[in-house]
Amino acid sequence: MKRWLLPTLLLAVLIGAWQIAASTGAIAEALHIESFLVPSPAEIAESLWQSRSLLAENAWVTVREVLFGFGCALVAGLGFAVAMHLFETLRLAFQPLIVASQTIPIFVIAPILVVWLGFGIGPTLAIIALICFFPITVNTLDGLGSVDVEATKMMRTLDASRRQILWRVEVPAALPYAFSGAKIAVAVAVIGAVFGELAASGAGLGRLIFQDMAQLQTARAFAAVVVLSAIAIGFFGLIALAERRVVTWR
Amino acid sequence: MRQDTKMPTAEARDFATEGASPSGTGAIGAAISIRGLSHSYGDLQTIERLDLTVAAHGVLGLVGPSGCGKSTLLELIAGLQEPESGAIELGDARDPHGRLDRCAYMPQRDLLLPWLSAIDNAALALRNRGVRRAQARREAGSLFERFGLGGFESASPAELSGGMRQRVAFLRTLVAEKPVLALDEPFASLDAITRAEMQEWLAGALRADPRTVVLVTHDVEEALYLCDAVAVLSARPACVLEQLRAPSPRAANRNAAVTAQEFVTVRERAMRALREGASAT
Repeated sequence: MKRWLLPTLLLAVLIGAWQIAASTGAIAEALHIESFLVPSPAEIAESLWQSRSLLAENAWVTVREVLFGFGCALVAGLGFAVAMHLFETLRLAFQPLIVASQTIPIFVIAPILVVWLGFGIGPTLAIIALICFFPITVNTLDGLGSVDVEATKMMRTLDASRRQILWRVEVPAALPYAFSGAKIAVAVAVIGAVFGELAASGAGLGRLIFQDMAQLQTARAFAAVVVLSAIAIGFFGLIALAERRVVTWR
Repeated sequence: MRQDTKMPTAEARDFATEGASPSGTGAIGAAISIRGLSHSYGDLQTIERLDLTVAAHGVLGLVGPSGCGKSTLLELIAGLQEPESGAIELGDARDPHGRLDRCAYMPQRDLLLPWLSAIDNAALALRNRGVRRAQARREAGSLFERFGLGGFESASPAELSGGMRQRVAFLRTLVAEKPVLALDEPFASLDAITRAEMQEWLAGALRADPRTVVLVTHDVEEALYLCDAVAVLSARPACVLEQLRAPSPRAANRNAAVTAQEFVTVRERAMRALREGASAT
C-alpha cells in the first residue's frame, strides 16, 4: 500500500503544482517566453488523447527498436560474460575494451553508424545494443564470480565437471546480477532509441519529439515523452516480474 | 526457521542395529596413509613432515591451534590440492585425481544451494554422475527418513534450522558414496545444545554407515567423542604433537561417555598438548 501511495502522491503534487504554474503563465513569465511554449499537464493529456494514433504508431516503432536492440545485447552480453568467466585470457583481453565501449559518445558515433549501416532501423539498433551490452555483461560477470570458492571445492569432490559447476552453481548465482543488469539496460535502451531515431530514422517517438519541438508543438512533444517513459517503466516492470518468477530463493 | 526436531537421542541408537549402508552396497571404506607430507602457501610453511594413518572405517580427529593448516591438510587429502612433497594414499589412490574420486568434502559452512530444495541439495553428487532427477531423489529420499529429516525433502534451505542444514549437508556428502569423508568443522556454527545433538546424530550415522573419516574441529570434546583417535597438531608449520586413542568412540549415550573419568583424563591430556603446541611458537 505504502509502496504505491507515496510515489502516486508525490506525482500528483508535482503535476498539480505544474498545472497551476503553467496555466497562470508563471513559468513562461519567469523564463521570458511565450506561454504556449509551456504546456500544462491538462494540455499534454489532451494532446495525448487527440494524437493517440500518431503516438501509438511511433511508439510501436520505438518499442520494436528497444526490444530488438535489448535482445541482441542480452544474448551477446550473457554469452560474453560466460565466455569471459570461463577463459581468463578472454577476460583480460576484453575487459578494457568493454569499458572503453562505454566512453564512446553516442552523438558522435550516430552519424558514422548512419554512413555504415544506412538510414533506417540499423543504426538505432546498434546504438541500443551498444549501451545495453555493458550493464548486462559486467553484472553477469560479477555474478558468475560471486560463488564461494568452498562451494566449488565441495562440488568438485561430488564429481561435478566444470560444466556442471557452471550450470548448477555459477549460473543460478549469477541470475540476480544478470537481472539487475538487464533492468539498468532496458531503462537506458529507451534513451538510446531516441538518439538513434534522431540520427537515422524517419519514425519513432524520438523522431516525433524532435519534429514537434522544431514546429513548437510542445504539448505533443511532452505527450511523446510521457509515452516514452511509460515504455521504459513497462519494460522495467516486465523484467522485474520475470526476476520474481525465476529468482524464487531471494 | 523451524524448530529443530529432537530426534537424535531416541533414533540415533537404532542406527547401529540397522547396519546396512544406504544404497545397500555394504560398508565402504579405504585406509588413509600420509607420509612425510610438507606443504607451503607462498613463503609460509604450513605443514612440515607430517605422518598420519587411518584404518579403513576409522575416524581420525584433527585438532590444533587456529590457522595451523588443518583445512589445508583436508584439501590435500581430498585431492583438491597437490602437496609439495610427501605422499598421501587413499586406498590405492595416490594422485590428486584418484583422491578426488575417493573422498567427499564437507566444508565448514553448509553451503546448501539456495535454489535447490533440501533433497536436490542432498542428491547433488548423484545428479553430477548423470543419475536422472527422479531416481536421484528416490535414493537421497531414503536417507532423509533414516536420518531424521523425513518431511523436509522439498523444503528450501532457508526454511531449515541450522542443525537441519548441517544434516542435509552431511547427507549430501554421504550420498556421494565415497569411501573417505573429509569434514571441516561441520558443527562450528551451531549453538552448544544443537552441536551436542548433532554429534550424537553423526555418531549414529557413522555407526549405521561406517566410512573412513577425517574430522577437523576446534572442539577437543567433539573430537574425542566422535573419533577413534585424535591427532593434536602444532602451530604452523603443522606436525603431529601427540596422537590419543578415544576411550569410547561414538557411544550411544554421549552424555555418559563424555563425563566418564577416562574420557576426562584423555581430554585433559589433549588440552595440555594443544596448549603446549600453541605456545611453542
